[in-house]
Amino acid sequence: MSDAIVVRDLAVRYENFMALEGANLTARFGEALGIVGPNGSGKSTLLKTIAGLLQPSAGSVCVLDKEPRELPPGTIAYVPQIEAVDWSFPATVWDVVAMGRFPRLGLFRRFGAEDRKAVHHALAQLRMQDLSDRHISALSGGQQQRAFVARAIAQEPRVLLLDEPTTGVDEQTEESLRRVVRELVASGLPVLMATHDLERASDWFDRIVVIDRRVLAIGTPDEVLKSGAYAAIREHTHTHGHLRTDHESHAGHAAHPEITR
Amino acid sequence: MIEHLVAPFHYAFMQRAFLTAILVGVLCSTMGTYVILRRLAFIGDGIAHASFAGIVIAYLRGTNFYLGAGIVAVLTALGIGFVHRRGRISLDTTIGVLFTGAFALGIFLMSRQRSYSVDLQSFLFGDILSVSAQDVLMIVALALVVAVVTALLFRALLYTSFDPVVAQASGMNAGAIEYVLLVLIALTIIISLQAVGIILVAALLVTPAAAAYQLTNRFAPMMALSALFGALCAVGGLYLSYYLASASGATIVLLATVLFFAAVGGKQVRLAIARRT
Repeated sequence: MSDAIVVRDLAVRYENFMALEGANLTARFGEALGIVGPNGSGKSTLLKTIAGLLQPSAGSVCVLDKEPRELPPGTIAYVPQIEAVDWSFPATVWDVVAMGRFPRLGLFRRFGAEDRKAVHHALAQLRMQDLSDRHISALSGGQQQRAFVARAIAQEPRVLLLDEPTTGVDEQTEESLRRVVRELVASGLPVLMATHDLERASDWFDRIVVIDRRVLAIGTPDEVLKSGAYAAIREHTHTHGHLRTDHESHAGHAAHPEITR
Repeated sequence: MIEHLVAPFHYAFMQRAFLTAILVGVLCSTMGTYVILRRLAFIGDGIAHASFAGIVIAYLRGTNFYLGAGIVAVLTALGIGFVHRRGRISLDTTIGVLFTGAFALGIFLMSRQRSYSVDLQSFLFGDILSVSAQDVLMIVALALVVAVVTALLFRALLYTSFDPVVAQASGMNAGAIEYVLLVLIALTIIISLQAVGIILVAALLVTPAAAAYQLTNRFAPMMALSALFGALCAVGGLYLSYYLASASGATIVLLATVLFFAAVGGKQVRLAIARRT
């Protein structure tokens, strides 16, 4: 079976610095691929490029054998790390989740019974049914995150991209997210998820890729653990915390051996 | 009472004025929902001012008012969209420079004409009583175009207004949708110029929608309420101006302003009651 997502020699440059360089990785159908790395390592950049929000400066990204922007509407669901939405926007939880149906409806189709069913299903998956009529400004952080994941589920995408969905959420939210991700993976979806929670990686992911502007390692959580790249990153996040802004001084990580399966 | 309500309709120009007022009121306040939620108020004001150059050029050359103003307004809207998305100069600066420049060009050209003060005033503040039968046709046609396109793009406009990044990732073209919206706003402004004039059209784009925003927290009801407010203010303002012999555009806008403060007050009362129970 061909791979769902193929990233080849990808480089992404922002105005004055290289966020990603020479990145190669694949994601398969029916696997959860964790993207692990310190802050500023290019995790979000990678996800945004796969989502078609950023253009590669070199190399290529193929999603289901196409460039991201050429896929039919509704193919990719992306949940950003921080939803930069206006929380006073006139919308309830139901309204937000229903938006997930919009891409596939195009201009002419009506929002019908099937769409309502998909919204109900997505709300149920994230235990949000009781909050359906609540205005989005009246939600807790974890509830907001669940609403946006529910919108992604309602979209019935063929690829799901999650950017650190578990950062700063309560345990209940984290557990329902993990369950939802595993169910989607079991149904054959490729799920890519950025995280810096390394401890529970093996509960979440089939494989993980360690990045720090480059791909340092890719493999099962066990394999990556043995490679040393994982430990280097872990030590690195512990000693440098979240304040690291200097990318140049860590180029040495690229010397770590790469595992490819 | 009935007599007072019917009296203005004895005149054909008043019938046209009422039809125009309702169309303009509903259209401006419907599009105003997007203007408020996407924070485009300044852009709307800018487009209105820039279209003045087009009006004057059309006027001096004897060509159609709507054509001249329309071309300039749409081009300006597209230019603004481009700067908004790609530009490295801040949007405020661009609008400040270009729009006041275009406005000054209009006044410059106008001032070299002999009888300029009278005409200038009707462009700046509107003159709904001078709307001709031909103008009404043009207004109805343009209003239909705006209404149909807005209805088709309803979901796309809603999603990209709320969360453009995620909408884009899911395959919607947020950029193209924004350009279309700006053109729709430009057309709405053109339709409204004769009724309320360049200076006041921005108020009609913002005020009814802002009032509706106080009273509901869902999108579709906000839009419906805003349209209702727009229609009420337009018709009510026109009646008032008929009996008070006041300027129609200003009366309509003043009524909308009163409505806005009433809505703010209503919201405070509602919150106070909710807190007590």
